[in-house]
Amino acid sequence: MTRNGSSFLDLNYLDILASGDTVIHRIDPRAKVLATALFIIFVVSSGKYEVSSLLPFFFFPVILISLGRLPTRYILLKILFLSPFILFVGIFNPLLDTAPMLHYGTFSLSGGWVSFFSMIIRFILTVGSAFILIATTGFSQICAALEKMGMPKTFAIQLLFLYRYIFVLGNEVLRVSRARELRSFGNRGKELGVFGSIAGTLLLRTWDRAQRIHMAMLCRGFRGEFHFRRPCRIGKAEVVFLACWTSFFALCRMVDIPALMGRFISGVIR
Amino acid sequence: MSHHIVEVKGLQHTYADGTHALRGVSFRITHGESVAIVGANGAGKSTLILHLNGYLSPSAGTVRIGDIPLTKQTLPEIRRTVGMVFQDPDDQLFMPTVYEDAAFGPNNLGLPPEEVDNRVTQALLTVGVEHLKHKPPYRLSGGEKRRVAIASVLSMSPDILVMDEPTTGLDPLARRRLITLMKEFRHTKIFTSHDLDMVLDLCERTIVLHEGTVRADGPTLDIFSNEALLAECSLEKPLSMQGCPICGKSRS
Ligand SMILES: Nc1ncnc2c1ncn2[C@@H]1O[C@H](COP(=O)(O)OP(=O)(O)O)[C@@H](O)[C@H]1O
Ligand SMILES: [Mg+2]
Repeated sequence: MTRNGSSFLDLNYLDILASGDTVIHRIDPRAKVLATALFIIFVVSSGKYEVSSLLPFFFFPVILISLGRLPTRYILLKILFLSPFILFVGIFNPLLDTAPMLHYGTFSLSGGWVSFFSMIIRFILTVGSAFILIATTGFSQICAALEKMGMPKTFAIQLLFLYRYIFVLGNEVLRVSRARELRSFGNRGKELGVFGSIAGTLLLRTWDRAQRIHMAMLCRGFRGEFHFRRPCRIGKAEVVFLACWTSFFALCRMVDIPALMGRFISGVIR
Repeated sequence: MSHHIVEVKGLQHTYADGTHALRGVSFRITHGESVAIVGANGAGKSTLILHLNGYLSPSAGTVRIGDIPLTKQTLPEIRRTVGMVFQDPDDQLFMPTVYEDAAFGPNNLGLPPEEVDNRVTQALLTVGVEHLKHKPPYRLSGGEKRRVAIASVLSMSPDILVMDEPTTGLDPLARRRLITLMKEFRHTKIFTSHDLDMVLDLCERTIVLHEGTVRADGPTLDIFSNEALLAECSLEKPLSMQGCPICGKSRS
């Protein structure tokens, strides 16, 4: 459990980054949403044992991070923060799939390990690109873009609220667990029943707070309309942005660039 | 300007669980008045306030803001007129930065971007938090949060400002600054408060709520001098009106 009590909210920092003003920030949210969606589709749908052919995809996040002037360390930390989930999901691969796949002299790597690495790479790429999208666009702008692209307004609003309330829930978890920790000495107060009632309290508190936030939004004239931070417009920059990335992704998929380069380099050396 | 009149007639409210929180409240607040609503915990102050911009709807009775009766159709207009600052600023500040929070209301009013920017800047300047505009609200101190919450309402240029316990949880300095700030507003102001010294400072008129009814309504000084009334409603004379504990002399 985090001790400083602010790590959940810290994801909000992504939204703060979104108020930046770089080339990437200025691109229409719709173009960024589409490019990221394509990116994720390409990455996720690549073969189970792909490793080297995934590497060129890192070009996308790296370019966006550097042009968007995002703090690399922060984004890496946030990915790391979520990584236990994927480790948990993937850790059984090496145990289940033991057929050797790659051979380097006497050393051989089983299919399970290869698919495990592939999974981790795909995880880093997709989660990272989602974070980058939020950090260069802002979640409310993403929802606005989705709505503008045809998602029913109700869904877009639900999505926006879901995002807000996840932080609300996260914070309530921190507060309640701190209250429990301060009043339980050593290992007492960790029985299952205690956690049951804590979970109940949490749900009620979150519900209450979510309701008050909704009320505050209504009081300030919220009627389910989205507002773009900048006037939105699909211009030349957007078309170029989308076209370049799409063709790049397609290229990465069709040609195994690292393998090609390896062959090219070894050809030159020979 | 009949615009800034708040008229409540025979207002009753029963919560879903059967709690009879308001049992027939009536009063009329005219333009430019500064009115305090006081009463013990659970007297129904918050419930009353939430009717003024239509968050709760009355079980019986009416609310009129200016010439407009509060109905579903007039809700957007009413919410533009009545600015509401909640008891807990954390509930009110939900956008990622102070600036965006203050811009939330004007954006919903459908104002053009330059006008939104103007209003936000003006509101942030008024409450003195211009320098914080790129900060996330949850990183601010209690007093700063409260000011930002006020700015986020001021940016909508409301005609009537309603605040639920604005000084709760503030340190003496932040409280003093808030009072000074409030004094500068020419709006119609309605507060609920347990801080009777602030009430004495800011409001000429006080409405005392007791168990969901108006127990007294009149000039603040008169009400605070009526010890029997205060005792009955579990209130205590403001410190500044109590006798000096050391020399025993009354100040007023
Ligand atoms: N959401 C609710 N559901 C049921 N009862 C409520 C609710 N909110 C407040 N009450 C009850 O209504 C009464 C008035 O509450 P409130 O207006 O919050 O008082 P005050 O703000 O004066 O302390 C109290 O008895 C309280 O328990
Ligand atoms: Mg209250």
